[in-house]
Amino acid sequence: MIVAGCDIGSLTAKAVIMKGDEMVAAQVMRAKSHPEESAREVMGKALEQAGLIMDEISFCVGTGYGRASIPFAKMVESEIACHGKGAQWQMPSVRMVIDIGGQDAKAIRLDDQANVIRYVYNDKCASGTGRFLEVMADALNIELGQMGTVSLSSQNPISISNQCVIFAETEIVSLINEGKNIADIVSGLHHALAHRVAALAKGIELQEDIVMTGGVAKNEGMFTALEKALGRKIKNIDRDPQINGALGAAIFAAEKLRN
Amino acid sequence: MIVAGCDVGSLTAKAVIMNGSILGHAVIKAKSKPEESAADVMNLALEKAGLKMDDISFCVGTGYGRSKIPFVNLAVSEIACHGKGAQWIMPSVRTVIDIGGQDCKAMRMDKDGNVLKFSTNDKCAAGTGRFLEVMAKLLGVSLDELGIISENAKDPLSLSSTCTVWVQAEVIHHLNSQKPIADIAAAINRAMAIRVGILANQVSAEKDICMSGGVAKNRGVVSHLEKVLGVKIKKLKYDPQIVGALGAAVIAGEKAKGGNVS
Repeated sequence: MIVAGCDIGSLTAKAVIMKGDEMVAAQVMRAKSHPEESAREVMGKALEQAGLIMDEISFCVGTGYGRASIPFAKMVESEIACHGKGAQWQMPSVRMVIDIGGQDAKAIRLDDQANVIRYVYNDKCASGTGRFLEVMADALNIELGQMGTVSLSSQNPISISNQCVIFAETEIVSLINEGKNIADIVSGLHHALAHRVAALAKGIELQEDIVMTGGVAKNEGMFTALEKALGRKIKNIDRDPQINGALGAAIFAAEKLRN
Repeated sequence: MIVAGCDVGSLTAKAVIMNGSILGHAVIKAKSKPEESAADVMNLALEKAGLKMDDISFCVGTGYGRSKIPFVNLAVSEIACHGKGAQWIMPSVRTVIDIGGQDCKAMRMDKDGNVLKFSTNDKCAAGTGRFLEVMAKLLGVSLDELGIISENAKDPLSLSSTCTVWVQAEVIHHLNSQKPIADIAAAINRAMAIRVGILANQVSAEKDICMSGGVAKNRGVVSHLEKVLGVKIKKLKYDPQIVGALGAAVIAGEKAKGGNVS
């Protein structure tokens, strides 16, 4: 039985293909202007990776911001449910998922059956989402993917006083002009974002084990900053944290077929 | 007795010189250092009044950079100064809505200019002058033009986000969809008015209502705010940007009369 999950986010599109209990393909790409286009392309890449054709997929579940526009999805599931499902499949002890996406952040509490008990999310204010780091990376003229590495050499993270992305951007520009250490600025930005996301997660009571998903979880500086802000350890998942939602969708697809 | 008020904001610096009536006033773009802005704007106002610094008996400082103005005898909050200044111009004023470059305040006063309630936002760029600045840049127009072109809107669009960052994305989308600039500008001014309206409602705004700060010159924002609040906003006969500095000068006059001159 071959199933698939497709997660169309605001900035990236992800697809996962599963054969029985095994993940045989996972792809991530930058989103195109049309969600259908992103969906077709990322699924095409995953199929190619797995050496399969679309007709061989028995069931596909769609999720994410653009889930309603995935032409080949037979069912859609919320991102919340998919992130919970995917994380617990990867690590059964997981009871809390913190997902930081390009335009939102969520904290999800799960029971031992991957049912969502409570969740909270922010998509109203760009501060506290991946966009915060994106804007700052631009202001610093650093690749978004490099921010984690850059922050590692920081000795004295600078505390960022503004919360608003717009005001913080101005603050960063002044810090650069003052000749402040870039690593200290970047580390300060990680702490600022971590603080916002931790406040969100604390709103639904922290539960262990905690994992972090979404593109921002690839940033090692963010990983340690969030641990500090939460005052708890975060478990490391081996797989790419960006594919977790698509993986959860694929598991929903498999369950749907089984029932 | 000649007194002065100096208001050093985030984007502009203002100075007013008074002797019962306004003798001179000036508005300049802020320099990188507040003390520099203060000295420059005060010199300009003195020049306009045909006076020199020694002629000033008492000077009150206000605004974001008020603690850094070297020549002031007293620093007073912007809230108090805006209320005072607006009521000096128009005694019937009970509510002042001040939109600055990076904040927004609403204050309600009694007939003697005492502040009864105030509310301020300096945490979020939405609803501050910065919001309009970002949007004007995106549309490729000046801040002044943003107000003017929105009056030609035939079919104003709507914006679903509040956050400046997300609105930016929405505006880019509208631009890419070839929507008329006037309709986008109207949507921006309306979004601004809705945010400011929330603050005004928090202080239970009462008539007469007036606006101060640079954004008060934007007709688009003012007319949308009138719709949001359901009342006319009174237009002050002086430049709305000098209201804070004027209030500071009025307070300086009261202090000087009280004999508290240091």
